[in-house]
Amino acid sequence: MRGLRMLTLSEFKLFIREPAAAFFTLAFPLILLFVFGSIFGNDRDPDFGNWGAADVMVQGYIGLIIGTVAFMGIPVTIGSYRQYGILKWLRATPVTSPTVIVAHIIVNGIVTGMGTMLLLIVGRLVYGLRTPEAPFALVGAWLLSYLSFSVVGFTLAGIFSTARTAQAVGSAIYFPQMFLSGASFPRELFPDGLERATRFLPMTQINILVSDLWRGDGLNWIAVMSLSLIGMAAAVIAFRYFRCE
Amino acid sequence: MRDVSKRYGDHQALNHVSLTIHQGEIFGIIGPNGAGKSTLVGIIAGLRDADSGKIDVLGKDVVAERASLRHEVGIQLQEAQLQELITVEEALRLYSSFYEHPNPWEPLLDDWGLRAKRKDRFGNLSGGQKQRLFIALALISNPKLVILDELTTGLDPQARRESWEHVERIRDSGTTIILVSHFMEEAERLCDRIAVIDGGEIRAIGPVADLLDNDTTTLRLGFTAPPTFDEYLLEGLDGVIDVGRTGEQINVTGTGYLMATVSHALAALKLNPPDIHMEQDTLEDVFIRLTGTEQRD
Repeated sequence: MRGLRMLTLSEFKLFIREPAAAFFTLAFPLILLFVFGSIFGNDRDPDFGNWGAADVMVQGYIGLIIGTVAFMGIPVTIGSYRQYGILKWLRATPVTSPTVIVAHIIVNGIVTGMGTMLLLIVGRLVYGLRTPEAPFALVGAWLLSYLSFSVVGFTLAGIFSTARTAQAVGSAIYFPQMFLSGASFPRELFPDGLERATRFLPMTQINILVSDLWRGDGLNWIAVMSLSLIGMAAAVIAFRYFRCE
Repeated sequence: MRDVSKRYGDHQALNHVSLTIHQGEIFGIIGPNGAGKSTLVGIIAGLRDADSGKIDVLGKDVVAERASLRHEVGIQLQEAQLQELITVEEALRLYSSFYEHPNPWEPLLDDWGLRAKRKDRFGNLSGGQKQRLFIALALISNPKLVILDELTTGLDPQARRESWEHVERIRDSGTTIILVSHFMEEAERLCDRIAVIDGGEIRAIGPVADLLDNDTTTLRLGFTAPPTFDEYLLEGLDGVIDVGRTGEQINVTGTGYLMATVSHALAALKLNPPDIHMEQDTLEDVFIRLTGTEQRD
């Protein structure tokens, strides 16, 4: 346990020192908020079920931050740890691979949480975001979404041997979802065909889960089930194929 | 270890290797690149599994008691790095937290000349400082066996010599050391015994002196002599293999008591060349003869 605690602490410090990672999880969502917030404001809008544009966008950005960490951050970090022999070195110590993975999931979870909190606080102060209808269920939904996606990130890192390939594959998964899942543009603005075609993207499921709970539309069980399945399938693959060198 | 084999696809990395390493010695594993050195120490360190054979390390089976051996074996890995942004002190603190009875890391800072660098990030350290940190990390578990894989590759000669002193200090503290190297000079200087490995097989094993001192060891003797000297007088002397002349320089190769034999013959001719000198085979020559390859650095 001491090993896990020290490893988590150490990885947290290293994460904070990495300017790019801190930018994408902490600053990037705020920039999006300011850009689109200044264009659309946050007046109640019948198109968004009487919620404001900033409300709806922030609901999407929650999934966006999770996706950024899971598909862009984790695969690159772990890929480079493998390339530089850091994983191999850890393997020569009594620390087990699950300990290493759990430490990274905790650290990235804390950072994702920090980025989300910052977004919510600033959104509330600047655009007067409205309070979620089901805040506690929302925390649970966030946790499920984060765990599911971060395990996928580890699977990518585990299967693809270098940071470069992991980054390429991570980007291929991340960017289309960033634009098509409602994470950066509200799905309410999509034409019907596009809306239907993109409904079952994994990041769309996070978006639906989060915005339904936020707006008091109840728990979307399809989203809960699909995110759980994705996480479990990824965990099985990661467990079988994760390599340290 | 007995009869250990390991295959990667078509490549037979180790072929029925057996060897014993004594407690408290510096055991060298030398061989050209791709000879199987890293595979061998990877198996000893429990980082890879052998396909067949049985390995005991410190009296424990390397597969069945892997978890316990992790506490007793320290390893410095070939070309392994740390995170660029981690500081020296953080790395030592972190790695010491993995062990139940770690060496205190503060004295290690002093032992390995890292105290002034304790707040520096790994990425800003020089090659020599990185290597010293790696040794300190390999020692932090207070190990009974330390594996140093290509410790001095990429270091300048000054830093390399410093590393050698460090390795001797570890041995003097009672720790057994396995030193993987492709620098013959290093093995010759440091190791109590060495194994020359090539193509996944052990070509020679034993104390360095034994490997150098066998019947096939060739001696080379040189001196200058006036043009009137007939070098063919030396041919046919006991132990002389070949005699050659380049201008005034005479070169004799042979075995056994070559110096005594040649000096005696020259004295009979009233010749006493002041520059007469003899060279012995180095471990490098032995290495090249055993592996049939030039070293590929």
